Amino acid sequence: MESNKINKSFLDAVMEFHKTMRDNDISLVYEGEITHSITKAFTSLTEKKMNDDEESGATQRKVFHVMVECLQNISKHAENPSESYSKDGRGIFMVHKTDEVYKITTGNLIAEENVVGLRESLEMLNGMNKDELKALYKQQIREGKLSEKKGAGLGFIDIARKTGSQLDFSFKKVDDNTSFFILTTVIQRKK
Amino acid sequence: MEAIKIQGGDDIPSVILDAENGIFQISGRSMPEDVTAFYDPILEWLEELAEEYSKKIVFEFKLEYFNTASSKLLLDVLMKLEEMHEDDKEVLVKWYFPDDDEDMEEAGEEYADIVDVPIELVSYES
Repeated sequence: MESNKINKSFLDAVMEFHKTMRDNDISLVYEGEITHSITKAFTSLTEKKMNDDEESGATQRKVFHVMVECLQNISKHAENPSESYSKDGRGIFMVHKTDEVYKITTGNLIAEENVVGLRESLEMLNGMNKDELKALYKQQIREGKLSEKKGAGLGFIDIARKTGSQLDFSFKKVDDNTSFFILTTVIQRKK
Repeated sequence: MEAIKIQGGDDIPSVILDAENGIFQISGRSMPEDVTAFYDPILEWLEELAEEYSKKIVFEFKLEYFNTASSKLLLDVLMKLEEMHEDDKEVLVKWYFPDDDEDMEEAGEEYADIVDVPIELVSYES
């Protein structure tokens, strides 16, 4: 009978987790492998919720766009150095909603050697205005080839353009070979 | 030429490519799991069309949503139409967008800047 007993620290963790989500207005959280069906499930769930909340069409579309690109970034680029840098497509995905904004947050492991390049790309995008982002998008769609992972190199540019706000990112060092990459995108709710 | 007819869904667009009846349409949502696997047959079909079809082509895009991976493949579709246009075929692209969707309108404008084929932007009530 002993084995059926759920230990107290787990119950506390569940309650704490519930409280953390409520306190931070987190409406969806997921940790694990991001597959195409997970992407479809989350987008349709969020879409239904936004419909119920009578969110404006513009806000719905932007949230949808950002969610898809963020989820696909994880599924295509999350790396697991402990398994000799295999793409494992795992990460954490969260949606926060307040009275003013939606926030989409993703976190995933990446190889340390890719941190500098990614940081530079994101800083470059954050330094660009609307027209510069547009020009870059056009250049990339014309010249860019689909990578092995079938990414078009357009995801971050698209997120920056669609939201019109800075990409908020950080890297937390896990060990010598690995960092945890966190990206938060803010979408203003239009009434 | 055998027509391509694909019933759209949550992640794939509806496609009708029917040379016999002169209907060329891609509509709905595009975020297929494997973009190239989805669009390659369409691109091949257009290659064939370029060789066999001599009438005017009115190609309609009426998309609600496409992801960035699809945007690259949509450009490939437009570039096939551009080749036909350059081959002196009569080609017109109609790019439909909901009247409250500036991003979809802008996407059409951008494609019009990139490819050399007549693109007409058409708004509809969302």
